[in-house]
Amino acid sequence: MEIILSIAIGVMTTCGVWLLLRPRTYQVIIGLSMLSYAVNLFIFGVGGVKTNVPPLLGDDVVTSTLADPVPQALVLTAIVIGFATTALFLVVLLASRGLTGTDHVDGRGDRK
Amino acid sequence: MPFVGSLLSAALLNSSSRSLPSFIAALVALGCLAASISAYPAIAEGEILRAKLEWLPQFGLEFALRMDGFAWLFSVMISGIGFLVVVYARYYMSEDDPVPRFFSFLLAFMGAMLGIVISGNVILLSVFWELTSIFSFLLISYWHNSAAARDGARMSLTITGIGGFCLLIGVLLLGNIVGSYDLDKILASGDVIRNHPLYLMALIFILLGALTKSAQFPFHFWLPNAMAAPTPVSAFLHSATMVKAGVFLLARFWPALAGSYEWFILLGTAGIITLLLGAYFAMFQQDLKGLLAYSTISHLGLITTLLSLGSPLATVAAIFHMVNHATFKASLFMAAGIIDHETGTRDMRRLSGLYRFLPFTATLAMVASAAMAGVPLLNGFLSKEMFFAEAVETHADSVLDRILPYVATLAGAFSVAYSLRFIHTVFFGKPPVDLPKPAPHEPPRWMRFPIEILVVICLIVGIAPSLSIGPFLHVAVTSVLGDATPEYSLSIWHGFNLPLIMSMVALVAGAMIYFVLRRYLASCADGPPVFRRLRGQRIFERILVEVSWRWARLAEQRLGTRKLQPQLRWVVFTGFLAGMLPLTLSGFEPRPFAFSGVDPMFAVIWAIGICLAIGTAFLAKYHRLAALVLLGGVGLTVCITFVWLSAPDLAVTQLLVEIVTTVLILLGLRWLPKRNEGVDDAISLRARFRRFRDLALAIVCGIGMTFVSYAVMTMPVPDAIATYFLENAYSQGGGRNVVNVILVDFRGFDTLGEIAVLGIVALTVYALLRRFRPAADTMTMPEQQLIQNRFDEERPERSAGDTVREYLLVPSVIMQWMFPVLITFAVYIFMRGHDLPGGGFSAGLTLSIAFLLQYLAGGTRWAEDRIRILPLRWMGAGLLTAMVTGIGAWFLGYPFLTSHSRYVELPLIGKMPTATALFFDLGVFLLVVGSTVLILVALAHQSIRINRLRPNDAEKAKGGEA
Repeated sequence: MEIILSIAIGVMTTCGVWLLLRPRTYQVIIGLSMLSYAVNLFIFGVGGVKTNVPPLLGDDVVTSTLADPVPQALVLTAIVIGFATTALFLVVLLASRGLTGTDHVDGRGDRK
Repeated sequence: MPFVGSLLSAALLNSSSRSLPSFIAALVALGCLAASISAYPAIAEGEILRAKLEWLPQFGLEFALRMDGFAWLFSVMISGIGFLVVVYARYYMSEDDPVPRFFSFLLAFMGAMLGIVISGNVILLSVFWELTSIFSFLLISYWHNSAAARDGARMSLTITGIGGFCLLIGVLLLGNIVGSYDLDKILASGDVIRNHPLYLMALIFILLGALTKSAQFPFHFWLPNAMAAPTPVSAFLHSATMVKAGVFLLARFWPALAGSYEWFILLGTAGIITLLLGAYFAMFQQDLKGLLAYSTISHLGLITTLLSLGSPLATVAAIFHMVNHATFKASLFMAAGIIDHETGTRDMRRLSGLYRFLPFTATLAMVASAAMAGVPLLNGFLSKEMFFAEAVETHADSVLDRILPYVATLAGAFSVAYSLRFIHTVFFGKPPVDLPKPAPHEPPRWMRFPIEILVVICLIVGIAPSLSIGPFLHVAVTSVLGDATPEYSLSIWHGFNLPLIMSMVALVAGAMIYFVLRRYLASCADGPPVFRRLRGQRIFERILVEVSWRWARLAEQRLGTRKLQPQLRWVVFTGFLAGMLPLTLSGFEPRPFAFSGVDPMFAVIWAIGICLAIGTAFLAKYHRLAALVLLGGVGLTVCITFVWLSAPDLAVTQLLVEIVTTVLILLGLRWLPKRNEGVDDAISLRARFRRFRDLALAIVCGIGMTFVSYAVMTMPVPDAIATYFLENAYSQGGGRNVVNVILVDFRGFDTLGEIAVLGIVALTVYALLRRFRPAADTMTMPEQQLIQNRFDEERPERSAGDTVREYLLVPSVIMQWMFPVLITFAVYIFMRGHDLPGGGFSAGLTLSIAFLLQYLAGGTRWAEDRIRILPLRWMGAGLLTAMVTGIGAWFLGYPFLTSHSRYVELPLIGKMPTATALFFDLGVFLLVVGSTVLILVALAHQSIRINRLRPNDAEKAKGGEA
């Protein structure tokens, strides 16, 4: 399981970084989303990879076998904040596009 | 105390009262004076008064005040002259000047200066030191309308600021050598310091601090430029106190630093050059205050020279001269101020014969300048005599030492010459013609009063030194020199000896110099003949331009970029290195990959996920919609992973966020430009290289992440705080869903911060979109709508807009029906959140999706006709609920956000666990709904706004054509 997850994280990081370095704002916003998936999964993975033991306390559950709830709480926060930054970035992108007339990240068009 | 006074007069800033702030200032200064004087009995017995407050105990810093004899002498001087200057300034400042500001700065400066004098900790001392620089800057630039004042202020701040920084380095080194920043300990360990390898470094830095402050060569040039300040400021800061801070520091550290050869060479060179150059420059000034400024520089040079000699007797002379110089120079500045005030000019070429108009002032100025020249029976004579005596003594055999007597006599002659010039040109000769203010007359009684006091002190000290200043000086000297206090006598007549001859020679030679040069001086331009062109100020400005302009430009060109891509590239690269470095250093070895235990289904899901991710990266440039769909696919894969790996809460949230984000970006897509066909047909080699480099960087980062995350995941998880949360979630938080309990209870404060951030983002988005103007090419209707409208026009039975209205009719009806279901679902998710997956975040997102669907189904107008959502109220209510819940715990005597849980019997539903955390979660819920809806609605509204903008723009265009 771990190997699949780490390869997935690696691929998503690659795609995210690649997109982040592109000149179009839309590519950058997609890249940031992708990077945040990778990072979220990574943080989540720090707590260990366990199947079928969600951190829900039942009557006959041994607490030590449950999945680590701390990374989950962190990632939950990260997901919501990620949404907020994506929204903010999107609006900045639109405003910049409206002001400069181009969707280049420098707001100045391509140098050719 | 002065700081309080400063605040008080600052509070009067807007009032037009002139007397009140000066009254406060005078009172404060008098109070300080009284406080200092009252400490005398204790000081006189050799005690050291101390007061300590904890400041930063963890760094060994404390707010320690310490007053010994030397500090006492200085504080009396500062507060005494301060008081006189305040009285003087009351009459000097004109009607139009904002007086409260002036007195506020002046008092604050006085406080800082007193702070330097009595601080018992060297770090504290350097803090006060910087404060004096800052207030001096503010005071010099008091008349901020004049360019000279601004330039002078900036120059003095730059120089003394750099000096202050050097001083800080110096005292840090010193503290490092001694092991304590306490002044007592530093003073007591002079031998340790002098033999330490870091001694020279510390010495150089401290000297830089002291020399810049005291305007010693080669930093002397800021002082004449600081003369743009109001005269009371010049009298107080630039003759009596601030410039004395440098020599004060030297005398203060004298027991710790002095006596070495380096001390003598460094200080002696600076002092002697300053002494001579200052006196020489002073002779050729045409501006009254310029003359006094250069003479101040010269006298400070004299004090520095004395301190450099390293002999106790010279130090006595230095301290004595500090006091004397303060009295006569302050009075001279005030006299110059009166002349300026009454005649309107300070140019000595225009002034003459003022004795007729200002007999009192003239007499006072004459006595003071005689003291400056070192005429017998005045205080200046005594200390100058001591200086000559010391100059003759040989201390260390070097060229410096041998030339010192001649230099001293020459400088003495110069000072006689410029004093004579000051008096003779200004007060004698023909009556002045064409003065800016005709008919000068004596100033008000109280404006002259400070000068009278100071001049009387000059006389008393000069005639009966041992009776007047003797005991005070003795206290001060003992506190600096300790056991090494030499025998000295303060009498006027020491017999007919070498120093007396030198004095006489200086007097005669000075008078001769003046009479020889008189004609030339009366007509020459400002500045000395040879050095007129070589101005320190010019060099300073050249350097300033060079550093702040050319070098900065160069650095920006070489290192900076305004392009985002290189910046991001560097960020990524640095991030990669920052990740690599600790791993390599700690001997990280990638674990061998093990493919065992892989669930094939999971592998297949991620194979798809990986394809989706790569597809997204590939398509994001030209096929935005496709890329967005693929990105959503990746998000879903992540979501499945969360489900698979026991994180139901995350899965729910991820799914909902995914929906909202996608809708959000879809709304944004409308405003992005169309593909510009044919732009990228020919890719240049450089672009190709750039892409290749980026790809390489991305792949390297990806591989690195793979290895690191694999290593992290396969490592055994250390038993950290997880167990604590798992075990206490139910007993303390009252909830079975540990993740939710962590969010709303254990780490509630984090969540509070997070929802605040969310709210701020929503407001920012809203504010940004209010002024949003889309680019010109997106102003037209979308192509799809145009096609639909054309379709309507072609058919006679349809009216325009029908197709748009009927678009996706069946799904939209279903969506409308879903509304109540979704609301119920949101409530359900919310209520079960504490025990089962769910909670405020997911419930909030669900409800906002419910609203969203209504917008999607019926269009913005339709939705808003039927439901009024006030997102701002939701957000406000949410934040308030969360805060109130947290604060509620206070009233029960618990820390912020402590929660309480119990089982509550609800009608119909039955027994249900409730915790106060539920209310907190309610706040989260409300805020998430508000923010999400606000963001989405603000974006959706742009399509409506644009319809309003379109006619406006059309009109504008028409108006432009007409």
